[in-house]
Amino acid sequence: MKSTSTGVLPAEGGLGDHPLLAVEDLHVEFRTRAGVVRAVNGVTYSVGPGETLAVLGESGSGKSVTAQAIMGILDMPPAVIPKGEIRFRGTDLLKLSEEARTQVRGQRIAMIFQDALSALNPVFTVGWQISEMFRVHRGMSKGEAMKKAVELMDRVRIPAAKQRVHDYPHQFSGGMRQRIMIAMSIALDPEVLIADEPTTALDVTVQAQIMELLAELQRESQMGLILITHDLGVVADVADKIAVMYAGRIVEHAPVHDIYRRPAHPYTKGLLESIPRVDLKGQDLYAISGLPPNLLELPTGCSFHPRCPYRQDNCVTDVPPLHTISGTRGSACHYWREVVDGERQ
Amino acid sequence: MSNPTPPVGPGLPEAPALVTDTVTAPAPPRHGKKAKSGKPASLWTDAWYDLRRRPMFILSVIIILVLLVMSFWPSLFTAIDPFNARTCDLATARQAPSAGHLFGRDNLGCDVYAKTIYGARNSIVIGVFTTLITTLVGGLLGIVAGYFSGAVDAVSSRLTEIFFAIPPILGALLIAATFRGRANSILLVIIALAVLGWPMTFRIMRAAVITAKNQDFVVAAKALGASAGRIMFRHLLPNSLAPVIVVATINLGVFIAAEAALSFLGVGVQSPDISWGLMISDARDRFLEAPLPLVFPAVFLSITVLAFIMMGDAVRDALDPKLR
Amino acid sequence: MASGSEPILEVRDLVKHFPLTQGIVFKKQIGAIKAVDGVSFELSKGETLGIVGESGCGKSTLAKVLMALERPTSGSVTVSGRDITRARGGELKRMRRNIQMVMQDPYTSLNPRMTVGDIIGEPYEIHTEAAPKGDRRKKVQELLEVVGLNPDHINRYPHQFSGGQRQRIGIARGLALQPEIIVCDEPVSALDVSIQAQVINLLDRLQKEFNLAYIFIAHDLSVVRHISDRVAVMYLGKFVELGRDTEIYDRPAHPYTQALLSAVPVPNPEGREQRERIILQGDPPSPANPPSGCRFRTRCWKAQEICAEEEPLLQIRTGVGHESACHFAETHDVVHAG
Repeated sequence: MKSTSTGVLPAEGGLGDHPLLAVEDLHVEFRTRAGVVRAVNGVTYSVGPGETLAVLGESGSGKSVTAQAIMGILDMPPAVIPKGEIRFRGTDLLKLSEEARTQVRGQRIAMIFQDALSALNPVFTVGWQISEMFRVHRGMSKGEAMKKAVELMDRVRIPAAKQRVHDYPHQFSGGMRQRIMIAMSIALDPEVLIADEPTTALDVTVQAQIMELLAELQRESQMGLILITHDLGVVADVADKIAVMYAGRIVEHAPVHDIYRRPAHPYTKGLLESIPRVDLKGQDLYAISGLPPNLLELPTGCSFHPRCPYRQDNCVTDVPPLHTISGTRGSACHYWREVVDGERQ
Repeated sequence: MSNPTPPVGPGLPEAPALVTDTVTAPAPPRHGKKAKSGKPASLWTDAWYDLRRRPMFILSVIIILVLLVMSFWPSLFTAIDPFNARTCDLATARQAPSAGHLFGRDNLGCDVYAKTIYGARNSIVIGVFTTLITTLVGGLLGIVAGYFSGAVDAVSSRLTEIFFAIPPILGALLIAATFRGRANSILLVIIALAVLGWPMTFRIMRAAVITAKNQDFVVAAKALGASAGRIMFRHLLPNSLAPVIVVATINLGVFIAAEAALSFLGVGVQSPDISWGLMISDARDRFLEAPLPLVFPAVFLSITVLAFIMMGDAVRDALDPKLR
Repeated sequence: MASGSEPILEVRDLVKHFPLTQGIVFKKQIGAIKAVDGVSFELSKGETLGIVGESGCGKSTLAKVLMALERPTSGSVTVSGRDITRARGGELKRMRRNIQMVMQDPYTSLNPRMTVGDIIGEPYEIHTEAAPKGDRRKKVQELLEVVGLNPDHINRYPHQFSGGQRQRIGIARGLALQPEIIVCDEPVSALDVSIQAQVINLLDRLQKEFNLAYIFIAHDLSVVRHISDRVAVMYLGKFVELGRDTEIYDRPAHPYTQALLSAVPVPNPEGREQRERIILQGDPPSPANPPSGCRFRTRCWKAQEICAEEEPLLQIRTGVGHESACHFAETHDVVHAG
């Protein structure tokens, strides 16, 4: 069931039959002077309460554009959504009025970005920026909102929150700034949190702190977490299920253990095999040949075919559908059986 | 099952990735003929090749050529000699355009068309030479100050601040009035405007160089042992030229107009000599009664400035390989 | 891997402090950023030394000092028997032929307004004695082929190539003068995952082909392990541990190395709940004001009084087969534990 009327906010409380957030056959294009950039070409995924979905892909795979479409922060134009649905508790967000969308954005679906420094305003104190969420959306007084801001900074484990609430963003380290971003995003108790490469700009020891914090916050509040990343290690650590994106499509989705044990798409398999391994030291790494596709001129058929060791003639002509491997797994490869069985032709 | 690609995997001595990579380059070859011929290309030859194909560049060059011919051989365009007092007739002052006098007559009854043609030389010479001098001096000092920073930069930057503090017309008036009579009035105007104009170019070049010099390719050149001159002229100059070209072409118009202001104030080009600036200031008092003696030189001035701006734009784009 | 005995690069007590000044006209030094603070190591022909550490630990400054792009505050960098930090003018220029670098960002490290031929040919224009003028173009094309690019693309500009291809162009430029040492500063971290392996394989192949010695600076520990013969772990301007790759990765002795290794996410979800994880608290202290004694003590779970009083030197300690700088060093396999 989907809501067709505008301005109707998604229900609260029980979910009924609906997933918390479901993206269905989403297409996003950018109409530029150079031509139509097909950034997202039919993405389908969903996330439930307390669940962590990792969206794995390289730059240009469409993983961030999908997230921006969910948040409704794409610049339209040049972006156009010709097709698809984004259902939040059963309501298609794309059909909501801008006013109703604003009620959802930031309050019920929140997002954190890779670059926390540029996402924070340098001329306001962090306390002011966090408390703004409460003043604007909850109508709290300045004093009350500031108190809530300190509480939140404690919750994301910023030491000496009471003193530091009056500091400016540049006075914090990269890890601390990302904590402030997280504090702002969870301020209004969102049901879904989208984290777009939240630790890419951070060092490994700080990355471990942030990932631990996100996991804890998720356990406390049962948020659905969409983690967008290119890091196979981070995914293996925290994800419940994975959607692998390539050239704007989901090429494989599966529960986390299945994908690492037996990938069912040549791209996923190639990525996993290209990780340096101790037992293969001194040998060449497995390398996926060729280059990522040009989104202006996607290859015909399967977008991965020019780089694929399993390629057959029909891969050049036929777009592979997302084959169901089991109830929870799918692969967009004509030859997924061979890939799973590990016979490379 | 047959498979067109060989298996790739660990254990192979040479990754096939290397081979495939050479075949799939993202961009199509540029101008097909040249890419294959194996002749070495450089930024400047490629830019020239590209410019010759830009209609905007060709159009602007044609306009500029016509203007130059007009400056040096005005008699090709008009039979009337405006320096000959007999061609003027006070009785016909401010006469509307007619068959013999396409642009009409001015306050003194002289032919506006002939004066506009003959006025081109002084205006264009002043505009072009002042722009050349300010761009060369300001640009050169800007590169050096931006690259070396430290004392060189501190001294030259403070120096430009002094020049910036002088009101331009007042300063030019002072220079032109002081040396009046010791040099050709046109030369004086050029020098006066150039002295006050170069700090602007200096500032822009210096800022662009400071941005460019922090990029990794400059560090890479240093690591190769490149000399300061090579870094400044091979690496920094081509990457800092764009804003300077834009300002230079805009300034060209500003200088031609400034010459008019100086003429009006009594220095610079003086009657019976002719320039567009002088014509515009002469026609100003009676503009409401007779707008045409002001409009025609103003239109020529605009076309000149526009042509140079168009050419500057085309050159700037041609020097950016990403825009080709 | 072929590693000769005689070192071609010798670094002794290298220190680089950046003064912090106050005032514009009358500058007064009020302190110093101690970016590199006493680093010593050797590098043999054909060997790879990996240097790992987090941002701000001084590894990029170290690279700049090795390349003589920054003058050190003290210490020496001896390349083939001569100290590059004291070389000037023509001598420095000659020495540069032997030590070259590959930079991190393939987008900013190539001049966007030069053709690939000009970029890779520039070393020959600077060092005119390296190749006669008539041969240069052919040499550039050979280099393009060596790094796996099409020699016909010599007249193209950097923006016409992808990130991985640009990094190959940067590598070709580094190879042009046939150096014995190449300093690679995060050479793959700006590239897509699927492209990283291609570039690492290329670096590996070139090393074997030309018997190159690499200083391989990176924050990706698995990549460093794959390519390095020896690994140094850097923290706040100092090496805290130095040893063969297996020693560092399987038997790390310094608490920081252990924490670093355990923080790296393992790309395998099996047993992720049981994995041992040392999560360090807080951020690294500022290099302008490092802690007394051991610099890691403020985040260390083993810290005792002696750590604040006495600086642990990088040396071989009891029970540990390689050099470490911790009073309480003991080997502990964090990756395979738990």
